[in-house]
Amino acid sequence: MSESSRKHEIDRSQDLSQPVEKLHPNEKIKAESDYLRGTITKSLDDPITGALVGNDHELTKFHGIYQQDDRDLRDERRRKKLEPAYEFMIRVRLAGGVCQPTQWSKLDEIARTLANGTLRLTTRQTFQFHGILKRDLKPTMQGLHESLLDTIAACGDDNRGVMATSLPELDAVHEQLFPIAKAVSDHLLPRSRAYHEIWLDGEPIHRSAKQGEPVDEEPIYGRTYLPRKFKIGFAVPPVNDVDVFTQDIGFIAIADGDELVGFNVAVGGGMGRTDNEDETYPRLGDVIGFCAADQAVEVAEKIVTIQRDFGNRVDRKVARMKYTIDRHGLPWFVDELHERLGWELGPARPYHFETSQDRFGWSRNQDGSWNYALFVENGRVKDTDQATLMTGLKEIAEIHHGDFRVTANQNLIVARIPEEGPGGKTDIEALLRSHGIAAATDRSNVRRHSMACVAFPTCPLAMAESERYFPHFMTKVEELLEETGLQDTPIVMRMTGCNNGCARPYVAEVGFSGRAPGKYNMYVGGGFHGERLATPYLENVGEDTILEHLRPMLEKYAAERDEGERFGDFAIRAGYVAPVLEGKQFNDHRPR
Amino acid sequence: MAQVAGLLDEAQAQQVEALLGTLSPAQALWLSGYLAAVGQGMAVAPGATAMASPGATAKPSLTVLYATETGNAEGVALQLAAAASSKGMEAKAVDMADYRPKNLRKESILAVVAATHGEGDPPDPAAGFFEYLLGRKAPKLVGTKFAVVSLGDSSYVEFCKAGRDVDARLEELGAERILDRVDCDVDYDEPAEAWIEELLAALEELAPAPEASAQSDGVVPGAVGPATLPALGAAAGAPEYSRKNPYRAEILDAVVLSGRDSDKETIHLELSVEEDALAFEPGDSLGVMPENEDAVAEAVLAALNLSGSEPVTVHGDEHPLADALKHELELTRLTPAFLAKYAEAAAAEELRALLSAERRDDLNEFMACNQVSDVLRGYPLEGLEPQAFVDMLRKLQPRLYSIASSQKWMPDQIDLTIAVTRFTRDRKPRNGVASTYLAERKEPGEVVEVYIDRNKAFKLPEDPAAPVIMIGAGTGVAPFRAFLQERAETGATGRNWLFFGERRFREDFLYQTEWQRFLRDGVLTRMDVAFSRDQSRKVYVQDRARERRKELWEWLEEGACIYVCGDADGMAPGVEAALHDVVVQEGDYSSEDAGEYLRQLRHDRRYQKDVY
Ligand code: SRM
Ligand SMILES: Cc1cc2nc3c(=O)[nH]c(=O)nc-3n(C[C@H](O)[C@H](O)[C@H](O)COP(=O)(O)OP(=O)(O)OC[C@H]3O[C@@H](n4cnc5c(N)ncnc54)[C@H](O)[C@@H]3O)c2cc1C
Ligand SMILES: Cc1cc2nc3c(=O)[nH]c(=O)nc-3n(C[C@H](O)[C@H](O)[C@H](O)COP(=O)(O)O)c2cc1C
Ligand code: SF4
Repeated sequence: MSESSRKHEIDRSQDLSQPVEKLHPNEKIKAESDYLRGTITKSLDDPITGALVGNDHELTKFHGIYQQDDRDLRDERRRKKLEPAYEFMIRVRLAGGVCQPTQWSKLDEIARTLANGTLRLTTRQTFQFHGILKRDLKPTMQGLHESLLDTIAACGDDNRGVMATSLPELDAVHEQLFPIAKAVSDHLLPRSRAYHEIWLDGEPIHRSAKQGEPVDEEPIYGRTYLPRKFKIGFAVPPVNDVDVFTQDIGFIAIADGDELVGFNVAVGGGMGRTDNEDETYPRLGDVIGFCAADQAVEVAEKIVTIQRDFGNRVDRKVARMKYTIDRHGLPWFVDELHERLGWELGPARPYHFETSQDRFGWSRNQDGSWNYALFVENGRVKDTDQATLMTGLKEIAEIHHGDFRVTANQNLIVARIPEEGPGGKTDIEALLRSHGIAAATDRSNVRRHSMACVAFPTCPLAMAESERYFPHFMTKVEELLEETGLQDTPIVMRMTGCNNGCARPYVAEVGFSGRAPGKYNMYVGGGFHGERLATPYLENVGEDTILEHLRPMLEKYAAERDEGERFGDFAIRAGYVAPVLEGKQFNDHRPR
Repeated sequence: MAQVAGLLDEAQAQQVEALLGTLSPAQALWLSGYLAAVGQGMAVAPGATAMASPGATAKPSLTVLYATETGNAEGVALQLAAAASSKGMEAKAVDMADYRPKNLRKESILAVVAATHGEGDPPDPAAGFFEYLLGRKAPKLVGTKFAVVSLGDSSYVEFCKAGRDVDARLEELGAERILDRVDCDVDYDEPAEAWIEELLAALEELAPAPEASAQSDGVVPGAVGPATLPALGAAAGAPEYSRKNPYRAEILDAVVLSGRDSDKETIHLELSVEEDALAFEPGDSLGVMPENEDAVAEAVLAALNLSGSEPVTVHGDEHPLADALKHELELTRLTPAFLAKYAEAAAAEELRALLSAERRDDLNEFMACNQVSDVLRGYPLEGLEPQAFVDMLRKLQPRLYSIASSQKWMPDQIDLTIAVTRFTRDRKPRNGVASTYLAERKEPGEVVEVYIDRNKAFKLPEDPAAPVIMIGAGTGVAPFRAFLQERAETGATGRNWLFFGERRFREDFLYQTEWQRFLRDGVLTRMDVAFSRDQSRKVYVQDRARERRKELWEWLEEGACIYVCGDADGMAPGVEAALHDVVVQEGDYSSEDAGEYLRQLRHDRRYQKDVY
C-alpha cells in the first residue's frame, strides 16, 4: 500500500488487490489467457463457423482485431439457417498517424483484396479494415507485417495508439515531438509474444522449467493488463486536433520558439458514457503540472501503473481512469504519481489553443516542401461517382516522396511534397484534380469540421446510423446555414451511433449520440477547440425536431453573435444551455 | 380374418383381430413387413428370399434375379416371386449382388428384373454379376428358360441398357426366351405388372400348378423390414397413397437457403402431412408431380401455331391441347424416343444423324440444352396433327427429392432441399419443370401432389451403435439431415461424421446453424467441409476424405457405414476413388483387393449411395 493511498485512505475493494474471482469476468479471461494466447489458433482452424470460439474474441482485441457481423444481414441469414455474416475489423497501430507511401500501397492492396474494398481513417489517426473473413485474418496480419505495420494493442485493455498533432508546417516542433510520442507508444506496448506466435508463425516462447508455468511476459501490465482501454495524445498549441482533454493522458507541448522544452500533463479525460446511468459521464482532463520532454515516457508509464493498480476491475462501465481519479480524488492521484516518480512535476506552463481543426488545402513547411490536407468525409476512403479518392491516393502513393498523415479529424495530409521534380507539387496537384479530390476537399466549412463514427452496419454497439446518415444530415444543415447567411462559419458538429462517443461528440459545439434507429440525443455548447464539454440539450429525438431547434438558434447566432464569437460560446451566452463545468455534473444538465 | 383364424388358435386369433382393429394403414403396412421379415428369419441363402409355400410341388422352380440400386427392381422382383409362389410355384427373388454365379447353369426358369444406372450402366451392386454374365466365363445355358423386364428412364440416351444386355446375352448363351422383354419407363408399375401377369400365364402353361395356397395371401413376401416394402399395388397393406394416387400436401414454408450473394438458388421446402398418412424413413425420397410453366407450354403452341383448344387424348383421357401440355406431357426434358419419332415425321436428317450410336455425346449435349419447343422451332414441321404430336411425347414424370426430415423427429412434416434448375443455354432460359414449380409457381398455403419413393438401398444401419459416415455435396446433404434427426430422436449411440461440400462458405453452407447445433449437442461427432470456390485451388469432399484418410480408415475398421449422396457424375466417382485410395494407403491393400474391399462393403450394405 503506497504512502499516498494510506494518507488518503482510499477504498481498494474493486481493484487489482482483490482476488480475480471477485472481479469482472473479463479479468478471469485475461488472467487465464496465457498472455493473450487463449485458444485463438484453434479458433482460426475451426471450419464450421466464421466466428472465433469461446472468449477468443475478447483476446483478439488486444491484437487489434474485433469480431463483428454485417448487421444488415442478421435477420435474413437467421431465416436462411446461416450463421451471422461474421467478419472482422482490424485496426492498425500508427503512432501519430504517420505512414509511408509504400505502407499506403500495401494498405490499399489489403483493403481491395482481403477487406471490403475501403479504408477507414479513424478519429485516432489510424486505419481500419472492415469485412475481413476469418480465413483472411492471418494473410492480412502478415501483409501488414511485411510493410512494417502491426496492430498490437490497437484495441483491448491496454494503451491504444498514441495520437500527436499532425502539423507538419511547424516542422521543428513536430520533428522533436513525434519521436517522443512514438517512444511512449512503443514503451507501453504489451510485450507478450502471443501476437508473433499466432499471426506471424513466430517461435513459441520458451516455457520456464516449472511445467506449463508461463514466464512473466508483461513487466508493466502484468497478466491482467489494464482494467480498461487507455489513451494518450500529444497536442501542439495552438492546434488541439487530438482533443487533448479527452485523453486519459494529454501531453500539451510547450515550445520555446522552435525548441520543444516539455509538456503540460493533463489526466482523466474520456468521452464514453452510458445513457441513463448517471454515474457514467464524459470528462475533460485536468492539467496537473509540467514535465521535461525527456520525462514524458517515465510519466506516462507511472500514470499507467496507477490506473493498473487502482482502476475499477469489477464494473467496466466505470473502469476508465477518469473515474479512478474522481473516486479517489485528484490530490491522491498527484501524490501517488509523485511517489511513484520519486520526483514532482513542475508547475503547469501557459499555453493557448485556437482550433481543433485541420487546415485544409496547401500549406508550406519551413524546409520549403509542401503539404496538402484533404477532406475525407467521415474518414471513409473509397471511390465514389464524385471522387475516385481511393484510386487517386493509390496513384499518389506510387509517386510520393514525403509521407501521409492521418489527422484526428479523420482527414488526411499528403505531407512533405517537394516543390520541384517528379512526384513534386505539380504532379501531386494534377492527381488531386483528376481524381476529384481537390473538389471534394472544397466543401462547406461546417461539413469539413464535422465527424461521424462508423456505426452501422459493422459496429455491434450501434443503436442508430451515423457514418451512413450524417452526410445527408449535414446537407440539411448546410441549407440552414445558407438561409441564415452562415455558410462560411465553421461550426464543429459530430455524430456517433451510440453513447460511446467515438467521434467525441461531447466536446463538439453541436453533438449527437444515437439512441435508436432515427433517434438521437443532442448536445450543445461544447468548446470550439475542445476546451469545454457540450451540454445535454435534447434526448431521443428525430431529425425534424433537431432541425426545428437548430434553425432558431442559428438565426439568433447569425443576428446577435459578437465578432469572432463561436457558436458553442454563443449558445451558452444566449441561454440555450448552461455550461458543463465538470464531467461529474454532465448528467445534472440532462433534460428530464 | 378367416384364414388367419384358420392358422391360429382362438386366443391368438382374437389378439390379432384386436390389434389389427387399432392399426392405421401405415402401421398395418409396417406390421405386414415386420411379419414378413420375421418369416424371412427362417429363409435360406443369405439375401435370397424364399417363398416356400405349403403344398407347392418342387418343379418347376423360378428364380427372379434383380439388379437394383434404389429398390424399384427389387420391388418388382418380390412382387413376381410372391405372385408365383402364391400360385404354388417354387419361387425366390435374389439380388444379383448376392447371387452365386456358378448356380446359373442349375436354374430352370430365370426371370430378370434389371434397372439401368449411370450412363447405361448396370446398378452398382450388380456390377460384378454383369461382368461375369457378359464375360467369357459365363456358362452355356441350354435348357434354361428366361424372361427379362428392364426398368429405366427414357430421358437417358441408353434407355434400359442393362436389361437389354442381359436379355441379349442370355439368348446368346443358349437360354430359351419364353416372353419378350419389356422396357419400362419411370412410371414402371403398370407395364411391370402386365409383364408379371403374362409371365405367370406363360409359366402356367409350362407347368399347371396345384391349388394356390390361401395362406400366403395378404402377406408381403420376402420383405426384410418396414423400409424395404416394395411399393406395389398388388400386395395387401400397400400404402393408401402412391405415385398413382398421390397425396395432396400443403406447402408450409419455403426458404431460400442460399446467401444473397450466392450464384446458386437452393430452397428449403416444408410440407405438411397428417400424421400416419405417409410412412417414410430416412433415405426415402418424395416424388413430386410438377406442372409445366405456362410460358413453356405456350412456346410449344406458338411453334406449332396451334390455339391450344384442340382436343387430344393422353393415356385414355381427353384434354384440350393446352391443358395436356401443361399437366400431362414432358416439355423441358427431351427423350431420344421423341427425337426419333419427330425426326421421322419432320424428315430432319440432322436430327436422325444425331441419334446414331456413335454420336452419343453430341446427343447428350443436345438433350441437355434443348427442350421440346427448341426442336419444334429448329426443325419446323408444317401441319403436324395435335394428336400425332402428343403421341410422340413422354408423359410428364414426377421428380424425386430426398426427404430431408425424420418422421420420428417431426411426424407431420416433410422437408425437402431443392436446387432450382435455372440456367441459360444459347441465351434461352432453361428452367427445370419441377424445381421451379416448387420454388416459384407454388406458394405456401397451396398444395402439391406427392408420394413416397422408398429406397431400401439407402438406410441407416439397424445397429444404433454403428458409426455412420455421411458424404454429401450440395443438395446431397438433404437425407443426412434426416439421418441425424433420426439418430438424435432415437438416441442412437453410434458416432456420426458428416462431409459437406458446396461452393462458398459464406453463401452456400446449407443448414449451417443446424449442423452447428448437432455438433454442440454431440449428435454430430465431427464435420468436415469443402468449399470449392473459397480458394484458388478447387477443393471437394473427396479431397477432404483423402486428408482424413487415417481417421476414415479407423472408422471403417470399427464397422462404420458410409453413405454418399448427391451428384452422380462428378462427386460419386470422385468419392469412390478417394475411398479406394484410403483402403490402399491405410489398409495397405493392393488396388484389386481394395476394389474387393469396397465391393464387400457394398455387399454388407455398409457402403450405400443415392446419387442423381
Ligand atoms: C473507428 C472509431 C470511430 C471512428 O469513426 O473513427 C471507433 C470505433 C469503435 N469504437 Fe470507439 N472508436 C474510435 C474512437 C473512439 C474515441 C475517440 C478517441 O479515442 O479519441 C472514443 C472516446 C474517447 C474515450 O475512449 O472515452 C471511443 C470510445 C469508445 C467506447 C467507450 C469507451 C468508454 O470509456 O466508455 C467504446 C465501447 C467500449 O469500450 O466499451 C468503443 C468501441 C468501439 C468499437 C470497437 C465497438 C466495439 O467495441 O465493438 C467501434 C468499432 C466500429 C467499427 O465497426 O469500426 N469506443 N472510441 C475510432 C477508432 C479510434 C482508433 O483508431 O483507435
Ligand atoms: C433419387 C433422387 C433423389 C434426388 N434428390 C434431390 C434432392 O434432394 N434435391 C434436388 O434438388 N434434386 C434432387 N434430385 C434431382 C431432381 O429429381 C430433379 O432431377 C432436379 O430437380 C431437376 O428437375 P427439374 O424438373 O427441375 O428439371 P428438368 O425439367 O428435369 O430439367 C430441365 C432440363 O435441364 C437439364 N438440366 C437439369 N439440370 C441441369 C444443369 N445443372 N445443367 C445443365 N442442364 C441441366 C435437364 O437435362 C433437362 O434438359 C434427385 C433425383 C433422384 C433420382
Ligand atoms: C443417376 C441415375 C442414372 C440413371 N441412368 C439411367 C440410364 O442411363 N438409362 C436408363 O434407362 N435409366 C437410367 N436411370 C433410371 C433408373 O433406371 C430408374 O430410376 C429405375 O427405376 C431405377 O430402378 P432401381 O430403383 O431398381 O435402381 C438412372 C437413374 C439415376 C438415378
Ligand atoms: S460511437 Fe458507438 S456506434 Fe459509433 S462506432 Fe463507437 S461504439 Fe460504434
